[in-house]
Amino acid sequence: MSALRALFRRELSLAWGRGGGPLFACAFYGGFATLLPLASGPEPQRLATVAPGAAFAALALSSLLSLERLFERDFEDGALDLLALGAPLEATSAIKCLTQWIATGAPLALLAPVVAIALGAEPRLAGLTFLTALAAGIGFAFVGGVGASLALGAKRGGVLVAVIVLPLFVPPVIFGAGAVDALAGGLDWKPGLFLLLAYVLAAAGLSPFAMAAACRNAMG
Amino acid sequence: MRPFGFAGAQAWDWPRWDRRMISRLALDDLALIRGERRLFAGLTFSVGRGEAIALTGANGAGKTSLLRAIAGLLKPATGTVVFEGENGALDPDDARGQGLHLLGHHDGLKPARTAREELDFWSRWMGGDDDGVAKAIEAFELSALLPLDVRRLSAGQRRRLVLARLVAAPRPLWLLDEPMAPLDAARRARFGALMADHIAGGGLIVAAVHDPLPLPARTVSLDEVTA
Repeated sequence: MSALRALFRRELSLAWGRGGGPLFACAFYGGFATLLPLASGPEPQRLATVAPGAAFAALALSSLLSLERLFERDFEDGALDLLALGAPLEATSAIKCLTQWIATGAPLALLAPVVAIALGAEPRLAGLTFLTALAAGIGFAFVGGVGASLALGAKRGGVLVAVIVLPLFVPPVIFGAGAVDALAGGLDWKPGLFLLLAYVLAAAGLSPFAMAAACRNAMG
Repeated sequence: MRPFGFAGAQAWDWPRWDRRMISRLALDDLALIRGERRLFAGLTFSVGRGEAIALTGANGAGKTSLLRAIAGLLKPATGTVVFEGENGALDPDDARGQGLHLLGHHDGLKPARTAREELDFWSRWMGGDDDGVAKAIEAFELSALLPLDVRRLSAGQRRRLVLARLVAAPRPLWLLDEPMAPLDAARRARFGALMADHIAGGGLIVAAVHDPLPLPARTVSLDEVTA
């Protein structure tokens, strides 16, 4: 148990620094949110109708940024060998994704309501936007981890991760943005949230096995 | 006399290694294939308590791959790797997870983290405690290096930081890949003494080397089994 705790601390400290860490992801997210109004013309209402959806799509893209390095560095420098020796790779992968969520997903979720409001969403949607972004972040981290582990050993792994993972990011974007849209339109927002949570649960439950298998494949 | 001035007898105390103790490692008719190339075939040898194996072979003969296969990171094409305890065969996952150290060229150290962070993490990951880490720091004279980022360490300093795990987390079977190469003469001698200590305490060593080990060791040459 103390080994897994030590791993958690290590992964967290690595995640803060990985690919620029949360700052880079947040800066990308903020930059995207600034570009969108500039690109969509002078009428703010036009953007306001798609604000939650745009905020979610940008969130998914920002979550991709540091995924590439999730396993790759450990794979290249031999750390993954030693990690595989000490504990089941399933547990190690899960901890990696969890720390990725804490270091990148959570800061992005904090930024999500700000971005949504900046794009023209009503401030009363901020709470649900944060909540759905936080939940979706878990899904992004775990499903993204599967992409990162599958891309191990490939040249241009980063591009491959994006291609593998983006289609799998579709459901949380639909459910999350859908829940916020429903609340904005005065409809029942709970189904969207529950579907999102179901996705997150399935992702967190299943992907560690896929990640472990992909890592073993890359190492053997 | 203990070469490192710490209570070695305590560190290598047999019972601390408990029932998952490896008392014999046996390889039977092992063949390894990497990609299209067969590295070797028909490799059979065993190591018992208190024995050291010097694994020799030309560059690319498969020494590193063999160590990784013993550690379970590569699947052999044919043949078996068996870990035996006092009471017969051990569960291979348990034996590997708790009973062996694998130290290779790829040391898994992160350049941006401090030596202290890396030593702490890997020692704990291998099952060591504060006590063990303190002993390791003393044995490998690491205290001055601890606050430095790993990227600032020389090759020899880096290697000492890696070897320190052997002391920080006592485990019976050491799989070493060119352990001495970057060390200076004095440290080679001291590490040689540490290995001799481990052997005397009932440990097992399989070391891939080009120079002879500074302790009595059986030589297994991969050149002779290369297919």
